[in-house]
Amino acid sequence: MSDKPHLDEEALAELRDVMEDEFEILIQTYLADSRDRIRSLREAQEAGNADAFTKTAHSFKGSCINIGAPRLGELCLKAEMAGKESRMEEVPALLDAIESEFQEVTKGLDGLLVR
Amino acid sequence: MDDAVAEHNSPLRILIADDSDSDRLILKTLLKRLGHEVLDVSNGLDAVSVFQQEAPDLVLLDALMPVMDGMEAARQIKFLAGERLVPLIFLTSLSEAGALARCLEAGGDDFLGKPYNRIIIEAKIKAFNRMRLMHQTLSDQRDLIRERNRQLTEEQEIAKRVFDNVAHSGCLDAANIRYHASPQSIFNGDVLFASPRPAGGMLIFMGDFTGHGLPAAIGAMPVAEIFYGMANKGFNGQDVLREINQKLKRILPTGMFCCGAMIEADFKLNQVQVWNGGLPDGWLIRSSGAYLALQSRHLPLGILSPDQFNADFERVATGPDDRVLMMTDGFLESADRAGNVFGEQGVTETLERLDVGDHPFDAMMFAVHRFTGNFEDGDDLTLCSLEMMDEAGLAALPDRAAPSALAGPAEWRCTYEIRERTLGEFSPLPLLLHICMEVPGLRRKSGEIYTLLAELYNNALEHGVLELPSEWKRSPEGFGRYYAERNRRLANVEGHYIRFTLHHSLKPDGGRLRVVCEDSGRGFDFQNHPSVAPGSSPAESGHYAGRGLLLLKRLAETIRFHESGNHVEIVYDWRLTRTAGDRDE
Repeated sequence: MSDKPHLDEEALAELRDVMEDEFEILIQTYLADSRDRIRSLREAQEAGNADAFTKTAHSFKGSCINIGAPRLGELCLKAEMAGKESRMEEVPALLDAIESEFQEVTKGLDGLLVR
Repeated sequence: MDDAVAEHNSPLRILIADDSDSDRLILKTLLKRLGHEVLDVSNGLDAVSVFQQEAPDLVLLDALMPVMDGMEAARQIKFLAGERLVPLIFLTSLSEAGALARCLEAGGDDFLGKPYNRIIIEAKIKAFNRMRLMHQTLSDQRDLIRERNRQLTEEQEIAKRVFDNVAHSGCLDAANIRYHASPQSIFNGDVLFASPRPAGGMLIFMGDFTGHGLPAAIGAMPVAEIFYGMANKGFNGQDVLREINQKLKRILPTGMFCCGAMIEADFKLNQVQVWNGGLPDGWLIRSSGAYLALQSRHLPLGILSPDQFNADFERVATGPDDRVLMMTDGFLESADRAGNVFGEQGVTETLERLDVGDHPFDAMMFAVHRFTGNFEDGDDLTLCSLEMMDEAGLAALPDRAAPSALAGPAEWRCTYEIRERTLGEFSPLPLLLHICMEVPGLRRKSGEIYTLLAELYNNALEHGVLELPSEWKRSPEGFGRYYAERNRRLANVEGHYIRFTLHHSLKPDGGRLRVVCEDSGRGFDFQNHPSVAPGSSPAESGHYAGRGLLLLKRLAETIRFHESGNHVEIVYDWRLTRTAGDRDE
């Protein structure tokens, strides 16, 4: 499906360096934000609102790239493009993929925090 | 320099607007680590209101945000910033060219892509801060220039007020003078003064200082003081010019001088005397329409030392309604939109087209304005015309100095004699007038006193000592011959003298001035002079021209001739005026 890793270790190391004590807060913020976004994507899909779907996918993509979750970012980009081009029939499969990838990212990030 | 460096590294106040909490947290932390103060909001509307309240130095905006997106927020923020340069950087993972271009059109200055790279963020913030500071420096300097300019204008206004007090317009408003000078002409270096002479006639001085602004105006102050001070005391144009030249030579820096022209008009003798040093040609325009150039024949004032300075006037006989026209360079340099100048050609063409009924002043102003296409006051040209006319028509000239409240000498007597060479070089009249003016009651009579002294002196010199026949002056040829002969004979006055004895005493309600004028000439047969012995034939030969003697008789209580006619005694009485409105005349 994609050769991008679940987590970009190098980017996360840099973030940890920058954020110092706030690294954990950042990760928790990202995870909470992402759960909200996935809910928003579902709602937009159910409402058939392609525009809201596109915008949310776009923002979600930005924060995934910043946090160092490139594979999830790529899935968001695909969702954004599908929404933009009104290929809503592709959306349910993409949403499933996003949710399952988010599980992976959550697991990985949790692991980082425990270490 | 140290300040500039410090400012380049000083912390900035940065506003972040991003709806993604994690992205905002990353950026905020990055910027704080760099030492900046950070304000953060999660939508465009909040961004605008925080911008308004906190006036940040730099704004980082996410393009897509709820409530108000980044584009609209950018427009409003740029509008609120006004003249201030507030760099605005879009935070975006947009990659489509059109979307990026829209960000810049909305007022964005640059983009910052995701994921954030701290090296690039730091570099961009530094670069935009440099730009911001440069803009600030330019704005500050512009404001400084604006402020300096305002100060300069204000100073010029004050200087102009002082100048206007020193260089009041004299008798420029007399019926026979027309002039145009811009209100700020003093700062173009142009000056125009006119003063009636105590014995009748007028002095006009037009000057054009090199340079502009205050330096040009400063030179004008002493010139005004000298001109009005000396003209009032009865000095002639030559004396005034010599004094002005000497003063300017002393006070002006090298390279600064004053082109100028002096016109001495004598309405009784119907002549003008002109000295032109560096101004464009002046013109004598006859009532017939014929005209004559009054060319510059001297260096400007303030260049030559007093011993090299030549104050010789050209003397031109005139008729009633003849006019003299003078102008400064600004007049010739008046330009149309294409930059062509009016020039001497414009002047001579206007003179050629002059109809008999046209006033040359109006014709000249009309011509120059038609040429430039500008009828506003914004020009910097000075033009003046003087019309020869009967002095009686100038009755409304302004009063001179009000009588002083101080008591002066009342009982006194003095004798003053000038001899030999000095007869040709020096006029004792201003000095004698000055002595008489020390008597407060005589001060208001300066015109009459001057006339009396001048008539006595001129008759003693020209007819008594030099034995010049006055009838020569009645024809144009004789006029020239008279003055040529006068100069020749002045070089040969060994043993000659003119002696004035003034004696003043008080009387009830006033005083009496007795003036005795003696000369070393052979005298004349006053017993048979037509004016002295009325009824005899009006033969015009003799010591006194009829007009001069009649004038003396009219002004003085008594006039008596002694010895061989070279000793004249007059008595002049004056009375105190009881109220201000109770004038003697």
